[in-house]
Amino acid sequence: MVSTTSQGRQTPAAPPASEPLAIELRGISKAFGPVQANKDINISVHKGSIHGIIGENGAGKSTLMSILYGFYKADSGTILINGKEVHITDSQAAISAGIGMVFQHFKLIENFTVLENVVLGAEDGRLLRPSLAKARKLLKKLSDEYELSVDPDALIEDLSVGHQQRVEILKALYRQADILILDEPTGVLTPAEADHLFRILQGLKEQGKTIILITHKLREIMDVTDSVSVMRRGEMTDTVKTAETSPEELAELMVGRKVLLEVNKAPATPGAPVLEVENLTVVDSHGVTRVKGIDLHVRAGEILGIAGVAGNGQTELLEVLGGYQNGTGTIRLKGEELDLTGSASDGQSRRARGIAHVPEDRHDEGLILEFSAWENIIFGYHHDPEYQKNALIMDNAKIKKIAREKMERFDTRPLNEKLEAKSFSGGNQQKIVLAREIERNPDLLLIGQPTRGVDIGAIEFIHEQIVALRDQGKAILLVSVELDEILSLSDRIAVMFDGNIMGERLPSETDERELGMLMAGINTGADAAQTGGA
Amino acid sequence: MDYLTILQILDSTVRLATPLLLTCLAGLFSERAGIVDIGLEGKLLAAAFMSGAVAYVTGSIWLGLLAGVAASLAFSMLHGLASITFKGDQLISGVALNFLAAGLTVVIGQSWFALGGRTPSLSGNGRFGEWNLPFSDAWSKIPVFGPTYNELISGHTALTYIAILAVPVSWWVLYRTRFGLRLRAVGENPSAVDTAGVSVVRLRYLALVIAGVLCGLAGTYLASLAAGFVKDMSAGRGYIALAALIFAKWRPWYALSATLLFGLLEAIGNRYQSIAIGDFVIPVQFMQALPYILTVVILAGFIGKAIPPRAGGTPYVKER
Repeated sequence: MVSTTSQGRQTPAAPPASEPLAIELRGISKAFGPVQANKDINISVHKGSIHGIIGENGAGKSTLMSILYGFYKADSGTILINGKEVHITDSQAAISAGIGMVFQHFKLIENFTVLENVVLGAEDGRLLRPSLAKARKLLKKLSDEYELSVDPDALIEDLSVGHQQRVEILKALYRQADILILDEPTGVLTPAEADHLFRILQGLKEQGKTIILITHKLREIMDVTDSVSVMRRGEMTDTVKTAETSPEELAELMVGRKVLLEVNKAPATPGAPVLEVENLTVVDSHGVTRVKGIDLHVRAGEILGIAGVAGNGQTELLEVLGGYQNGTGTIRLKGEELDLTGSASDGQSRRARGIAHVPEDRHDEGLILEFSAWENIIFGYHHDPEYQKNALIMDNAKIKKIAREKMERFDTRPLNEKLEAKSFSGGNQQKIVLAREIERNPDLLLIGQPTRGVDIGAIEFIHEQIVALRDQGKAILLVSVELDEILSLSDRIAVMFDGNIMGERLPSETDERELGMLMAGINTGADAAQTGGA
Repeated sequence: MDYLTILQILDSTVRLATPLLLTCLAGLFSERAGIVDIGLEGKLLAAAFMSGAVAYVTGSIWLGLLAGVAASLAFSMLHGLASITFKGDQLISGVALNFLAAGLTVVIGQSWFALGGRTPSLSGNGRFGEWNLPFSDAWSKIPVFGPTYNELISGHTALTYIAILAVPVSWWVLYRTRFGLRLRAVGENPSAVDTAGVSVVRLRYLALVIAGVLCGLAGTYLASLAAGFVKDMSAGRGYIALAALIFAKWRPWYALSATLLFGLLEAIGNRYQSIAIGDFVIPVQFMQALPYILTVVILAGFIGKAIPPRAGGTPYVKER
């Protein structure tokens, strides 16, 4: 009888002695108040392998890694490193155990040099000079060994994001980490930089380092990992060998139901141009030219996708169109010119003209997090006669009723219009914003990063809504840093780089590689001559 | 204006700049560690009072100095407790220190000495003596160099020399030691320091200890210079030191120049109580207000871009 019960909850069988386990987590649980962030998690990671951890936002990946790096203490469970039980009480203990962590938001001192950042906390002795000299030598050795070249004397703030990430990896290697944990490492990288990162990781793996890759991107998991663990709602749903699984299966494990990864859409039947932009230039408050005289147009019934690495002018483009950034040039909506300055160039006038805007930054621009859902759902349209009871007061009861109906149509959960916006998950917050903007039946929808921080199940729904709006004959300008999203949603794709449109492609006639090159400012296509000089 | 007058103004500049410099360096250490130190004024005042009181009772300014440093340290640790341990607002707890010092010194002073909040006058060993450097008399006859050496370089109190020495020492500590690297890092991005396995709390407390000691020296200097404690005798020097710190862009050598400039302005204001330009006489109030007016002018437009330590003002809370 004893044997049968023990068989029911068996941890993975011990591996053969030739393949020692680098990390073993046994029964890790962690609760924050009533929220069970991690529930009885078991993971075994083999030495010299790349292990992926995939899961939606809030699935508990970050909590688990924070426990492994000593930020939190687990309520129960044990951690074994190289077969020995360790007690990781703080980051110092994690470092001593040979764990290095590359955080999603880099932990670097912006105005320090690369060298200073690398030695910080791992200096030899009280004086700096000998430490720096030693680190310089070791850094050169590591750089050569793993394609990790960076200028040791460069200031962090002068480095590209990809290079900053290399510094983070170098920091871990300098501390002789054998286990490297990377949290969403490709979120800020160009496809080429991401490929370079994966080459580095392969190199590290060949040297016997163990790598844990936390991501929500299925493609990365499929491309680089040896095995993968899937987390859902604080639990480890499964651990599988990457070679023996498929993106569809992983998505299903993550969400708990079948998920449509491809977007189902009929070919577009574009009509007349709705939005025409000519020679648009945007200079920001620091005097930097962010958008350098671009031309583009979006027709009725089509989705124009703007691809590009964050920070190449897409944000400013959206802001000018949305009416809260100044620009110069010409913008026409259905043939009529829009004011770019003066009283008719604010967000409210733009909305009145039929331009709806789902901003890139949901928390700062899309919502007021402390306000309830029903209040958020009328922002920007709150002067509409239908929301007013009389000249002085608003008809709150009616607004709440309308809000609830909209939330219901957009499948917002929980369906409670009185809840503060911050109490909803990312996906449901986005649904509130979408409900507000789409339900007004705009001529043009500006939508930035529609699925950033949104879980897979909600992504599917949001994509369906965008396509449905297109099929009603509306024009949609989509800005996203996710190439997958651009490729699957857009009817035409424009790539922005350094404030210019590098090129325009049809999704059927291009691929990630070509778009990636354009995103890095390299145009090898037929239109290279025209845009190259711009 | 003859050479000797210039020398006298410069000599008085050094005297007046000494407490500013010590306080400015105190602020430099705490702000570089990410703690906005608006409480410098309060620490200065607390140190001036305790040193004045103890120096009078014991008759020794050196014991007074110990007491002054202890008082300033106690205030500094209170600031630390509120803003580091309990993650309270640094500005509010700093301002609270200033109020606390302004009130406590007078109340305790009245209860101990019954002189309306003052301490009795200090004399003899109750004040710092002037250090006459070797040969200052013998060389005083040498033209130009002699008087310069005798008036300007020699004849200050020990604290002035300590203050000036503190400049290169601070620079060396900040830029050449492990502690300095970590201290600067914790003021820029504490979470990077934390993930590197170094205690943010410990570093910030250490910075406040240094700030406390330096403020203690400055406060004692004030009490010794004025031969006793008087209500509100710090007279805004803590704030001027903060202004000088911004002017100095949080760097030690710049701090020396900035505080010397403020000292010079004060010295000129003190010496030329009224200047007549033709028939128009510049009122004495204007001359006395000059250092403060210039503080505003300089801070408003003449320093270019001063980037404060990026994590300044925010208590460090581990993120989830």
